[in-house]
Amino acid sequence: MWIYQKKLEFPVNITMPDLRIAKALMAQYGGPDSELSAGVRYLTQRFSMPDDRLRATLNDIGTEEIAHWEMIGTMILQTVENASLSELEAAGLSGYYTLHGRAVYPADPNGVPFTASYIQSTGDPIADIFEDLAAEQKARAAYEHIMNQTECEQYLAPLRFLREREVVHFQRFSECYNILKELYPEGRQNKLR
Amino acid sequence: MTECELLNRISEVQFVCVELNLYLDTHPSDEAARSDYLSYSRLLAELINEYEAEYGPLQGFGHSPTDKGCWIHSRWPWERN
Repeated sequence: MWIYQKKLEFPVNITMPDLRIAKALMAQYGGPDSELSAGVRYLTQRFSMPDDRLRATLNDIGTEEIAHWEMIGTMILQTVENASLSELEAAGLSGYYTLHGRAVYPADPNGVPFTASYIQSTGDPIADIFEDLAAEQKARAAYEHIMNQTECEQYLAPLRFLREREVVHFQRFSECYNILKELYPEGRQNKLR
Repeated sequence: MTECELLNRISEVQFVCVELNLYLDTHPSDEAARSDYLSYSRLLAELINEYEAEYGPLQGFGHSPTDKGCWIHSRWPWERN
């Protein structure tokens, strides 16, 4: 069960829209290392995760990722909602406009739609936690690439917050890995037939 | 506090709770963190009650008992002020 709270985790208010950034932000809305990928990945992997601490971490980080997904969607919407056709075209968003108008849709900056093939759930806790560690680093790198494309504080403030969350989540998943090493000192986390 | 100030205060306190919650997921026996989590959780509940009594429900599905405001008409988070 989830309860919706009618607020963002961190405030977003874009009054100086930059359509290039909206396009870049799509990486984090519908790309392989997006907040959507992260949320679906963790909330799916938790079902087969051993140990209360790991189940709780995946459940709670997965829940936070959905709040981050909402922040990115808000940033994209507030950037594109009043854009003219020529502005959209100049930012390389003609194809996006043709398919989606000024709506928010989970695709990456190149228009590739979100797919479940971006995530894994192996039932092997070490394999899954390693994927999660990598996902947090890839998302952090993507945030830095987006931040490098703007000097506007309206984008940078929420992006700084989101980048920092990737770092904290990586730290928590590192602790999960250490817990798994203690649980399976011989590396037999995956039952061999 | 204005509605905006109260909402920002809720977000600040909620962030402390999110951080402590994630920390406690992997450090469930840390008594100092547990104590901080309890006191910030109480403060968060107080602030949310104060907000909802004045401005209306923040949460759906029965989690915001208030006769102020209207769930469907209050601003959605992606709408500008």
